[in-house]
Amino acid sequence: MVNTLRMLGRTGLDFFQRLGRAHLLLLAVLAGVPPLALRFSLVIRQLHSVGVLSLLIILVSGLFVGMVLGLQGYNTLVDFGAAESLGVVVALSLVRELGPVVTALLFAGRAGSALTAEIGLMKATEQLSAMEMMAVDPVRRVLSPRFLAGFLAMPLLAAIFSAVGVLGGWFVGVGLLGVDDGAYWSQMQAKVDLYDDIWNGVVKSIVFGAVVTWIAIFEGYDAVPTSEGVSRATTRTVVHSALAVLGLDFILTALMFGD
Amino acid sequence: MNDTPLVRIRDLHFARGDRPIFDGVDIDIRRGSVTAIMGPSGTGKTTLLRLIGGQLRPDRGSIEVDGEPVHRLRGTALYTLRKRMGMLFQNGALLTDMDVYDNIAFPLREHTELSEELIRILVLMKLEAVGLRGARHLMPSELSGGMARRVALARAIALDPMMVMYDEPFTGQDPISMGVLVRLIRTLNDALGLTSIIVSHDIEETRAIADYIYLLSGGRVVAEGTSAELEASDSAWARQFLHGEPDGPVPFHYPAPDYAEDLLAGTEAA
Repeated sequence: MVNTLRMLGRTGLDFFQRLGRAHLLLLAVLAGVPPLALRFSLVIRQLHSVGVLSLLIILVSGLFVGMVLGLQGYNTLVDFGAAESLGVVVALSLVRELGPVVTALLFAGRAGSALTAEIGLMKATEQLSAMEMMAVDPVRRVLSPRFLAGFLAMPLLAAIFSAVGVLGGWFVGVGLLGVDDGAYWSQMQAKVDLYDDIWNGVVKSIVFGAVVTWIAIFEGYDAVPTSEGVSRATTRTVVHSALAVLGLDFILTALMFGD
Repeated sequence: MNDTPLVRIRDLHFARGDRPIFDGVDIDIRRGSVTAIMGPSGTGKTTLLRLIGGQLRPDRGSIEVDGEPVHRLRGTALYTLRKRMGMLFQNGALLTDMDVYDNIAFPLREHTELSEELIRILVLMKLEAVGLRGARHLMPSELSGGMARRVALARAIALDPMMVMYDEPFTGQDPISMGVLVRLIRTLNDALGLTSIIVSHDIEETRAIADYIYLLSGGRVVAEGTSAELEASDSAWARQFLHGEPDGPVPFHYPAPDYAEDLLAGTEAA
């Protein structure tokens, strides 16, 4: 009994200590963001590795998700004689929900895990220590550019995902199933609201991008500096990011559309 | 030349969790000398370098580097002092996403406003000093262990520091790169007017170049002196360590219950 309590207490303390460290790290990382304006080349290199290198998986996934939406949407709508609304269904599902959420999940798997592994390995091989001894702050030099890059890349990737998805839905709906081309686009234009739908989706993707990148760099920086520690941290990044994204998605959706 | 020691450590206490690492250590590092800190694995030699570099803070006692209290410095003051210290990590700790040239240019680009033209000259000079000018385009993954350490050494002296700390520079080196490193540490120390601190347990190599040696064990300095003084010392500990005797003040056996009783106790006790 006492042991159970003790274990529970220790787990709780560990959790809150980690949470505290994560927030302190976030503050330090954010403090390092403004000076990056003078050295934007550091951010561009990271934008390439978290953004451009994630592009392929985002494009392919976006296309297939859009195509599936086209198929599923058509089958349901055609029963009600509302197949012309397919464009609206596809576009709204993508910009409101699937775009930000699926992109964030893929982003955590592709870019987040890579960030954690890279930073964790830099720690395990003493590269971060070596920077400190060269009087270079690793938080500012290594973490801040990566955080900013993740923050910037995620909304762009989500936008690309949604755009490709809309094309995938069009290909299946209009190209294969015979939905009217004009109806697909004009209904979409009429029903998708810039502020309510697109902007709220963008806000989601910005929040997810910040959270996933934050988790990824924290797990890397906080990893136990051994190969086992780094692999555990990488797993944690993917799991925690996925949970955080799905949980936050519910909260954000409730706030945005739940009136 | 200034006669005060460059590094002055007094009454150093440091513990990791419940395990004490240092328990009242006093060390002086004379300017211009090569000083070795030796001791068996796990005596906190690397920890000592991190304390001197201000990456860790002592629980008690003081560490002064060139008159500055490292144990109390923070932020900019600490970073300013670190620019004058070089450190060679055990495996080099080169930045893996840059080639040799950029690794050595790294501290120069971070801390100076020098033109690329001038940086190129400085980098090539440092590389020439360690004999790797021809390897400037290689990536860290393409270097052998010994070469990686020489590149790291070139990087450590890139900002012309007043001292260089070496963390186990000889571990895992073949005899040739070992010889190269031994000679480099001594010649760079004398040619550049550095002060060097070597942490090592490679006795022969370290004794060959060290002006002064501290032997650490159990959180304390158990013997100190020049190589010859230690040889003549009557400390049982120094003798065991210098000659690699398997048993002595450092016992062969990890603490355990009585052997006979242990064997007869059966599986219950295991």
